[in-house]
Amino acid sequence: MRYAMAIDTKRCVGCADCVVACQTENNVPEGFCRDWIVEETIGAFPELQLEIRSERCNHCDDSPCVRCCPTGASHYEEGGVVLVNHDECIGCKACIASCPYDARFVHPEGYVDKCTFCIHRVREGKNPACVEVCPTHAMIFGDLDDRNSEISKALRTRKHKTLIPEAGTDPHVFYLL
Amino acid sequence: MGKKLNRREFIKIAGMGAGGLAVASSFLKPVSLFGQSVSREKLIASTFSEATPTYCEICFWKCAGWVHKKDGRPWKIVGNPDDTHSNGRFCPRGTGGLGAYTDPDRLKTPLIRVEERGKQVFKEATWDEAFDYIAEKMNGIKEKYGPECMALFTHGSGGGYFKNLIKAYGSNNIAAPSYAQCRGPRAEAYLLTYGEGIGSPERTDIENTKCLVLIGSHIGENMHNGQVQEFTRAHMNGATVITVDPRFSTAASKSKYWLPIKPATDLALLLAWINVIIEEELYDKEYVKKYTYGFEALKKAVKGNTPEWAYPITTIKPHIIRETAREMAAAAPAVIIHPGRHVTWYGDDTQRVRAGAILNALLGSWGRRGGFYAPSKAHVPKPEHPPYPKPQKGWRDAFPDKYPLANLALSSGICDATIPSTTDACSIKGWIVYGTNLMQTLPQPQKTIKAIQNLELLVAIDIMPSEITGWADVVLPECTYLERYDDLRISQGRVPSIALRAPAFEPQYNTKPAYWMAVQLAKKLGLSAYFPYEKIEDYLEYRLKAVGSSLAEMKKIGVKNLPLEQELYFLNGEDYEFATPSGKIELYSDTLAEHGFDPIPRYTAHEEPQEGYYRLLYGRAPMHSFGRTTNNPLLTELKLENEVWIHPKVAREWGIENGEYIRLENQDKVVSNKVKAKVTERIRHDCVYMVHGFGHTQKQMRRSLNRGASDTQLITRVNVDPIMGGTGMRVNFVTFRKEVA
Repeated sequence: MRYAMAIDTKRCVGCADCVVACQTENNVPEGFCRDWIVEETIGAFPELQLEIRSERCNHCDDSPCVRCCPTGASHYEEGGVVLVNHDECIGCKACIASCPYDARFVHPEGYVDKCTFCIHRVREGKNPACVEVCPTHAMIFGDLDDRNSEISKALRTRKHKTLIPEAGTDPHVFYLL
Repeated sequence: MGKKLNRREFIKIAGMGAGGLAVASSFLKPVSLFGQSVSREKLIASTFSEATPTYCEICFWKCAGWVHKKDGRPWKIVGNPDDTHSNGRFCPRGTGGLGAYTDPDRLKTPLIRVEERGKQVFKEATWDEAFDYIAEKMNGIKEKYGPECMALFTHGSGGGYFKNLIKAYGSNNIAAPSYAQCRGPRAEAYLLTYGEGIGSPERTDIENTKCLVLIGSHIGENMHNGQVQEFTRAHMNGATVITVDPRFSTAASKSKYWLPIKPATDLALLLAWINVIIEEELYDKEYVKKYTYGFEALKKAVKGNTPEWAYPITTIKPHIIRETAREMAAAAPAVIIHPGRHVTWYGDDTQRVRAGAILNALLGSWGRRGGFYAPSKAHVPKPEHPPYPKPQKGWRDAFPDKYPLANLALSSGICDATIPSTTDACSIKGWIVYGTNLMQTLPQPQKTIKAIQNLELLVAIDIMPSEITGWADVVLPECTYLERYDDLRISQGRVPSIALRAPAFEPQYNTKPAYWMAVQLAKKLGLSAYFPYEKIEDYLEYRLKAVGSSLAEMKKIGVKNLPLEQELYFLNGEDYEFATPSGKIELYSDTLAEHGFDPIPRYTAHEEPQEGYYRLLYGRAPMHSFGRTTNNPLLTELKLENEVWIHPKVAREWGIENGEYIRLENQDKVVSNKVKAKVTERIRHDCVYMVHGFGHTQKQMRRSLNRGASDTQLITRVNVDPIMGGTGMRVNFVTFRKEVA
């Protein structure tokens, strides 16, 4: 089993519903977010392109945050999901420094926090909150090891990319182009 | 990755700025059970949740959903899968609706003004004191001037109860800024052409269309939920999207054609398209013959409106005009020239929207799959009450010779009729303002203030201490939609449906639902007979029983879709009588001609900005509804302030850096609050753009105070549509001021 997410840049309108849904679902404290929107404009007037992306922790296969964590708080769970065990986290911020995606922050209660792929929902057979709420159905979550999963099919049929592949972390959030 | 660091830093700073106001986080602290640590995720999964049905009040789309509590505390709001407005998926504003409930800046108790109007010195009052004050003033106005001198401004679900109240009192001066400041020209243009309006949610069959033409309609930035969903579906199904916009909008970025038109020239482009469709004989000949009136006159009228004629006006190249017209014809009848929604731009808006309506008729898209469908609406009877007294005069008497084809009262007209002048036959003396912040929804705020200073009574009913509440004599604090029942949502769609809003939480503070307020006020005014049910639950039971449902059933399902009673599209060759004078689709309008207006739309040039000035355009952001959400704690995290979009060449000329704070000054020397410059290739050089609803000046709204600039403040001029009185607001020009201190 290998959980992953694909975000369709053709569908996404950048409304940030995924951000609010995550905040209410996961009680993310005010002033912080586990996912966010990036708009990238390419070209010059009037030959323009706009890429809109919903970004978050990439749940990398080779996660620098897990490697550098001195206490083992950052760890892999089932399906390769990268989590932080709050009780073992000492708030040293090594993981924050190591993450090429700037996906982590220090929760006001002292531990490091980030996207969990809503593992509590996934374990109940549901989609992550951001995927579930997206009005334009721009996000797909699923198991890459299952060839028949929607995400496997999307990655087989659609052109896609990952962010900062040169960091060599093998990210598991894909962007459909 | 500096950019993203900035993002988080920015959000952090934003959070800290409002930190003193933050409500206590309801964060669940991880606890140890049996010596083992339990992650927060496990805790969330194991806790109990309960759900209450609602329909969203954060915008007019009114999506139905479920409010979830966990351990008795507010948790989240999610869409109802049975609801055709949302298809189970809320937009960010609906998802963030909890912020309306948790906002610590909400109005908390009734207030009565104690000093000069506008100074904002109030005393806290009991509900009884507040209603006594209002009733005494309303009785006085009735006695001295007649009941017609009271007016109601309304926006939102609770407005209906006050409509009932003010009609019972004897006035028909009921206005919503959604008419003269928004979609009025669209309603009249389609009524004149097809004998029917567009309605809301729009009857556009976007999900089945093969070609969608957007003229200034920035779907995706205006987060009209069901419509955005259909837009995405059409786009992914390969529909051709043609977007006409001076700005590279989100929709433009998903379009096959982006036509960066020179602002204020859209009508010229529409006429050129009509010209091409007719000259190249691309129109639906059978449809035009069977259903339309005035084709020959139209053909003659647009003869000169060639793409070559339109090119220097619009800056859109002739071959692009032809190519896009052919794309529309190739897709016909599954083509939509989108009628838009906020269309009060330049003062000839009814004519511009009508040109689009005519183009739709030529392509045969009205009543066709992928064009415009026939919407259905549930018929749900209301309890009977005594007939309303007949008003002796109305707002229209103040302007006997103007706006002959306005079908609804003009907010701006009522405002004008409040300013005394010798010609006014109906001078308004009292306002009830429900759910609309007139200081931001009406243009020319100085005029609004002048009108207010002439009032004998101004009652503001709101959830937030918006600017208008600061000018009120009495402020009545309403509880949020999450804390109240409201009337059923009965809106048009592909299937008729009803939706229930039930209270998920008890009202916080000393706030009350609008229904209760209207009932209490009716008692004080001796008008209780017009509210046969004191409790809204009983009123809802009456209505639901009439359609074979009940409150108990609706609490379980939230939304009920009823059987479809009519076809969505015309049947092949169906005879159809349109509700127009000719019984046909009126390409030529005798009604307009009779009133001295162009029977066929005609382009006239609009004033252009002087050197160093740029046309001020405004629009929406997906996470905000006008100025109503710009203090919402969840939504301010997504967007705390607006920016002014400036083309890089213009920015260079003025030495403006991206991200720098500047001020805008309009042609009448009005200077804006400081606003961040967004230097971007995504806009033309002759205009600037900002999202509406920011630049609040009300101190009690602590998150939104002084965040960004208010476009309304800079709209000191309007071009009034002579046909129906809409206020064209994109006729203001701004220049830049670098000093922000």
